[in-house]
Amino acid sequence: MQTPSDSSASSPADEEIWELRLYVAGQTVKSVTALANLKKYCETHLKGRYKIEIIDLLLHPQLAEGDQILAIPTLVRKVPSPIRKIIGDLSNQERVLVGLDIRAVENK
Amino acid sequence: MSIHLSSSASHFPTLPKAPTGINGLDEITEGGLPKGRPTLLCGSAGCGKTLMAVEFLVRGILDYDEPGVLMAFEETAVELADNVQSLGFDLRQLQADKKLRLDHVHVDRSEIEETGEYDLEGLFIRLGYAIDTIGAKRVVLDTIESLFSGFTNQAVLRSEIRRLFRWLKDKGVTTIITAERGEGSLTRQGLEEYVSDCVILLDNRVINQITTRRLRIVKYRGSTHGTNEYPYLITEDGISVLPVTSLRLAHDVSNDIISTGVPGLDEMFTRKGLYRGSSILITGTAGTAKTTLSAAFALEACRRGERCLFFAFEESPQQLIRNMRAVGMDLEPFLAQGLLHIEASRPTLNGLEQHLVTIHKLLTEFKPQNVIIDPISNLVSVGSISEVRGMLTRLIDLLKVQGISALFTALVSGRNANQEMTEEGVSSLVDTWIHVRDLEGIGERNRGVSILKARGMAHSNQVREFLVTDHGVQLLDVIVGPAGIITGASRLTQQLQEQSQLLASQQEAERRDRELERKRRVLEATIANLRTEFESVEEELRQVNHEEEQRQQALATNRQQLAKGYSNRQPASPSPNQ
Repeated sequence: MQTPSDSSASSPADEEIWELRLYVAGQTVKSVTALANLKKYCETHLKGRYKIEIIDLLLHPQLAEGDQILAIPTLVRKVPSPIRKIIGDLSNQERVLVGLDIRAVENK
Repeated sequence: MSIHLSSSASHFPTLPKAPTGINGLDEITEGGLPKGRPTLLCGSAGCGKTLMAVEFLVRGILDYDEPGVLMAFEETAVELADNVQSLGFDLRQLQADKKLRLDHVHVDRSEIEETGEYDLEGLFIRLGYAIDTIGAKRVVLDTIESLFSGFTNQAVLRSEIRRLFRWLKDKGVTTIITAERGEGSLTRQGLEEYVSDCVILLDNRVINQITTRRLRIVKYRGSTHGTNEYPYLITEDGISVLPVTSLRLAHDVSNDIISTGVPGLDEMFTRKGLYRGSSILITGTAGTAKTTLSAAFALEACRRGERCLFFAFEESPQQLIRNMRAVGMDLEPFLAQGLLHIEASRPTLNGLEQHLVTIHKLLTEFKPQNVIIDPISNLVSVGSISEVRGMLTRLIDLLKVQGISALFTALVSGRNANQEMTEEGVSSLVDTWIHVRDLEGIGERNRGVSILKARGMAHSNQVREFLVTDHGVQLLDVIVGPAGIITGASRLTQQLQEQSQLLASQQEAERRDRELERKRRVLEATIANLRTEFESVEEELRQVNHEEEQRQQALATNRQQLAKGYSNRQPASPSPNQ
């Protein structure tokens, strides 16, 4: 991918463990695709520093309210703050990385 | 007619409906919103969409035991609860009772990044969960189009909203979806109105600086409904829709007769008064004692021990009391007793509908048997004539249904006075119409009262002159002159003439009496004379008779003596004539 070297300062988020939460509703095509995509990006860019929690709303519908989930699938970055949300099957890698603000990590 | 229609219509199975419990709305929707189906509530800002939707939920819970879910896209649960608290809706308590669920859906585009395909299953799950946890029968989505600002993929949204409507129907919940009004269409997205089974349009219009809110049912699948625009109000007790044509003209009527408060006026009606529960209109030009007549009516009602509500749109209560005291009508004791209530305000204080609500509220609080509105013509300054007419129709209906006797006064302009038309055109609505007018003669004005109509009883056809005296209103006796009924100075002239004629004839009679007396005396004197004459004649005759008798006696004696003497040879004595 692109490797722009203009941002020299490393983010304090580097040291944190990324907590990602993926909301799905059953094993739909979109959900499965989203999970596969997410795992791929994390392995590439956040290796060893991430945690993925998958919440199936069909099983735990009460959890939808807390994170203001409307669209499925939704990826929520809980840590580092601020909370970011990405909806869709995460097929557009560039937008996912921008959305999760993983660009800084990629610089290393 | 209408009764007949409604009763025949009820034989057919109708669409099941969920009553809203909102004042008047159930009447124009003929029972409520389509049960188990979505209804769209659209309108511009400040129409009370959210409020109406919340009231639908709260009334559903309180009155019909149907739990509800409110999914708010714009306000948080706390804000909502605070906003409707002033209407007496305690959302927090309802939530605690597990009758209501508030779910605030926060959509912020800046927080959301879209990558690839998605759907709104999360919304469905949240809603489904909320519905299932409390067994909700009613759902409100306020305002669903907020989703469009949160997501960029219009195609997905449109298909998802379509799916949502379908899904809500399948769930069998009665739903209200609110939407902002769009340019040239009912909603911004032009979508919701097509997938809803019922569309109610709210409108907030400012005409002549006065705001009126109106409601119209644009469509209602599978049901008839009122098609007009109906004014509605946001009151302290929630929304109140005022359908003009709610009355089926089937109210009970009374045969009781009540007095107008002016004895002479009562006499002009064959039944010596007005029917209880009827509506009376007093029209007249300026200064024809309309207010005085209505105060007399109020006073009489209070004397009967009935409660009377007096709406004064021109005078303050103190002014009214002072003015009426000047004509010998003291309203104050009844005010103190609580039988009379004077509600004075400028007509421009409120819109027409607000006036109606104020009246309605006071009716429920004060429970009067008599209502006076003085004058209704002032209301024209607030709305157009047709609006005033509509409002008054509703008011008269309202009063009739409750069996309240109502008296309205209306000012008619001098030019139109002879046409006897009220600008408001309510004359056809009232039962009794009394017209007071100036009878302008040569150099003076007099007041005349006449009855133009009185439903259900015959009445006098005369224009009766009346005076406002220290003891109230007094009708003067009818004086018929050579050219009809006469009033004022002519009346005085006529009276003077009559008096002088009376005097003259009295004097004539006295004169005749005296003449008779004189004649009698003359006659009596003559009789006395005659009698004296007679007596003297009688005396004379008697004297003569007596003398004759004596003479005869003497003669007889002489004869006897002569006869004796003859036998004794005694010659006849000298002449017996001596």
